[in-house]
Amino acid sequence: MFLQQLINGITLGSTYALIALGYTMVYGIIQLINFAHGEVYMVGAFTGLIFVNMFGANIALAILGAMICCMLLGVLIERIAYRPLQGSSRLSALISAIGVSIFLSTLVVLIRGPQTTSYPQMFKIVLYQVGPAKISNLQILIMIISAILMIALHLIVQKTKVGKAMRACAQDQDAARLMGISVEKIISLTFALGSALAAAGGVLVGIYFNAVFPTMGMMAGMKAFSAAVLGGIGSIPGAVLGGLFLGIAEVFGVAYLSSSYRDAIAFSILILVLLIKPTGLLGKPIQKKV
Amino acid sequence: MFNAYYLQVLVVVGINTILALGLNLITGITGQLSLGHAAFMSIGAYTSAILSLKYQLPFAVVLLSGAFMAAFFGIILGFPTLRLSGDYLAITTLGFAEITKVVLLNMESAGKALGLAGIPQKANVYNVYVLVIVVVFALIRLINSRVGRAFQAIREDEIAAEATGIPITRYKIMAFAIGSFLAGLGGGLYAHYLTYINPTDFGFLKSIEILNMVVLGGMGSIPGSVLGALILTVVPEMLRFVQDYRMLFYGVVLIFLMIFRPNGLLGGVSLTKMLSTRKRRNLETNN
Repeated sequence: MFLQQLINGITLGSTYALIALGYTMVYGIIQLINFAHGEVYMVGAFTGLIFVNMFGANIALAILGAMICCMLLGVLIERIAYRPLQGSSRLSALISAIGVSIFLSTLVVLIRGPQTTSYPQMFKIVLYQVGPAKISNLQILIMIISAILMIALHLIVQKTKVGKAMRACAQDQDAARLMGISVEKIISLTFALGSALAAAGGVLVGIYFNAVFPTMGMMAGMKAFSAAVLGGIGSIPGAVLGGLFLGIAEVFGVAYLSSSYRDAIAFSILILVLLIKPTGLLGKPIQKKV
Repeated sequence: MFNAYYLQVLVVVGINTILALGLNLITGITGQLSLGHAAFMSIGAYTSAILSLKYQLPFAVVLLSGAFMAAFFGIILGFPTLRLSGDYLAITTLGFAEITKVVLLNMESAGKALGLAGIPQKANVYNVYVLVIVVVFALIRLINSRVGRAFQAIREDEIAAEATGIPITRYKIMAFAIGSFLAGLGGGLYAHYLTYINPTDFGFLKSIEILNMVVLGGMGSIPGSVLGALILTVVPEMLRFVQDYRMLFYGVVLIFLMIFRPNGLLGGVSLTKMLSTRKRRNLETNN
């Protein structure tokens, strides 16, 4: 029972972590809570579905296609809704993000209708016995794909020149600009990378729960954002840790407490952690400057 | 001209004005971003509705109990969380709102997912607007008092405010309590006007709707909140002819407004300031 819940929790948590990474990256660079991010994840799940249904793509192609489409979407959102607001108050940018989120979810409802669509069966589900628990090949696949994407992101941010530029922008935009970094390009790139991860998360969740619907972005987005804050917003390992932690906690809460409080569990944990450690698990202490 | 439909829109504008003013005190004037205003509204709505349905108490009593209950929860939440800064506070209020919704969805006495129906319709255009006027005047008095100046000092610069001897946590909790009180009041009126409430009425989107009113009208501006509530209640009603495309337009309008008018329509405008600048201008032209 315990091991089984742990496996389910890690599977759910790794999808939360994929979405949380986008929040934390964008926040790290422009201090914006990108409320449209949950919607990007939803669009990713739908584009994956379209690739499967219309072009008969396999799972890898569906994820890749959704990632590329959402990269473009993320860059577009940044161009239209956030870039013109550079320099104005952060709250205006937040409202603009909410506008994008409402726009995207309504658009998908208009195009596809509000009903839940299921993913077609793409491969045979095989269950493996691990001690007392069972793990399906789908769960293994989700964990492996998430891990590969997270490692890839880590390598991009830590080992490449672009990654160095991203870290520089997160530290000090003005200084980064003086060093010849095109801050606008880096911000676009951050949105593209974050959106691609969210899209992958969307396709994986769509296959895992066998359901995609236009309002799926809202709750997933809020939970992933909680995960990012829980881990310490702006910190990439923090987002992964926070996502896994929330996923596991949610699954255990449903199993041992009550399933009707499912959505409250993640937020209760978030509030408790913030009370004890106000900057999240791996967050750097904020230094107030006068 | 004043048929039932217009009257209903008018009453909803009044209720939304009270809600927006409450949030404006927290977010616009004291500078603490709250994404869970609808939770306090739901606490006020449910408290007053249960008191009305179970004990048939008079309207004024249930309304005040709802508002005080919301203020009480505001203080409870505010105590530990208002030490958090900026976005951490925002996400905590958001989390609190979700928890409140889930608790209401599972509470026996709150009717679970069915909500509460058959609440007596006690709110009407008269008592709602009397309350709107009282709230507007009370807030104008508050803002121009010592306490109000402390609120604004906290918004402008927390550290400087603390250095000048303002106990910032106490004032933040005070702003939070008054704002939640107004949310509870608005919730009570809402319940006793629509006669039916459901936990999903008070979801994240409701909080965002109220926040939009505050930001659209102009942060920290009292006439701004009134205008914001008016526009964002009436415009969606006017957009009913486009039906399904309504929310699509709403999203686009939000983006464009923020791009072209990032400080809101009446950002930084206040009634008393408007009067005093006019006086000053007159003096300058006379000299």
